[in-house]
Amino acid sequence: MKKIGKQTILFDNPPTILECASIVGPKEAEGPLCKYFDQTLEDEFWGEKSWEKAESKIIKETVNLVISKSGISNQEIDICFAGDLLNQCISSNFGLRDTNVPFFGVFGACSTFVESMSLSAICSESFANYSLCATSSHFCSAEKQFRFPLELGNQRPQSAQWTVTGSGSAIISKTGQGPYITAITPGKIVDMGIKDANNMGAAMAPAFADTLVTHFLDTGRTPNYYDAIISGDLGYVGKDIVIDIMASQGYNIKSNYNDCGILIFDKNKQDTHSGGSGCGCAATVFSGYLYKQLQEKKIKRLLLIATGALMNSTSSHQGESIPGIAHAISIEI
Amino acid sequence: MGDINWASVFDWTSLLKCFVVGGIICIIGQILIDKTKLTPARILVIFVTTGAILGGLGIYQYLVDFAGAGATVPLTGFGYNLAKGAIEGVRQSGLIGAFTGGIKAASGGIAAAIFFGYLAALISKPKMKKQ
Repeated sequence: MKKIGKQTILFDNPPTILECASIVGPKEAEGPLCKYFDQTLEDEFWGEKSWEKAESKIIKETVNLVISKSGISNQEIDICFAGDLLNQCISSNFGLRDTNVPFFGVFGACSTFVESMSLSAICSESFANYSLCATSSHFCSAEKQFRFPLELGNQRPQSAQWTVTGSGSAIISKTGQGPYITAITPGKIVDMGIKDANNMGAAMAPAFADTLVTHFLDTGRTPNYYDAIISGDLGYVGKDIVIDIMASQGYNIKSNYNDCGILIFDKNKQDTHSGGSGCGCAATVFSGYLYKQLQEKKIKRLLLIATGALMNSTSSHQGESIPGIAHAISIEI
Repeated sequence: MGDINWASVFDWTSLLKCFVVGGIICIIGQILIDKTKLTPARILVIFVTTGAILGGLGIYQYLVDFAGAGATVPLTGFGYNLAKGAIEGVRQSGLIGAFTGGIKAASGGIAAAIFFGYLAALISKPKMKKQ
């Protein structure tokens, strides 16, 4: 493991993403990626009394699923990184309290899944044979926490994104046959002064561009090196901004760039406005769709950059701007 | 019991006035949601205070006379009611009436909102919105 350039880490023995699992809610099940998810839910409660309990159950069952799919036992997992969007990360804390695995709770808003995979990859270069990453989000609990309670029946503006209900989970192994995590570029906090919590795409786009340009400069790679450059939920608004910013920096990413928030929903049929978002968005799109594309060698080099909006409802009410962050992970077979 | 002539039961002109005025007030709210960054809570407060100010100045009364429920049912009507109650309170019991009159006049609406809100909370469960 060595650092190159300003902030990129290259792995000497690239860890393998051994197995992935995903469970999504009813709206995601109606979307174009439905067939790639392991399990889809018929309603947003999943037999629980509250959305928060439902979200805990989703992340718990997703972790159980990835462990059983991988064929290793709980005891063999050396470390777990998990997070979600609710206060003090209660979904993952409560959902994973019975797993009996050393646990680090992480928070990077919607970037948490890539943050967890990056930390797992770093651990794989030292002590960890197997490490577990998991994140979750739930539309109803996230609306309640970040915007307005659903009972209020507020309308959503066109720039608003739809928090994905679901959880994705991955097991990173020290050895294996790939797909390999070959490099990571942890992002810096970038704040361009956007204050609208209903326009996260615009708030996070500059952070994404910063990390992507830094990744290219650090590694000497160009956009053509990757078959796919995928951002974690910038949505339609953010995607357009990002393509413009990158073009102004001299990089053309139009042909191989897309966004998890755009992939997961059908814009015309599902009326999700600017696309999906949330910790569960990048997690389920990667664990469900992208991981299978890597396995089937339809994508051979993937740069996944998950973006997060680092605010809470108090900071919004007090008129603070929204700092953004973006972490990049390079996955190759 | 003869046949009811429905056409003459309703005063269609006042229904139309009521519908148009109520609709225009709602359109203003929708434009504020779509075109500004005001949160719904702020729009609510703006509507109530606007109604109270217009009510206090006596301007809203013209709208109420013209459109009836079309002007009293929207949020601005609640503000109008508060102002009207406060003015009447002052007439009846002096300065203290400015504080008690408004709530007295609006008490039916407030108590009904709490009561039916509680009923709804007892019998229903919030669900995911469709869009």
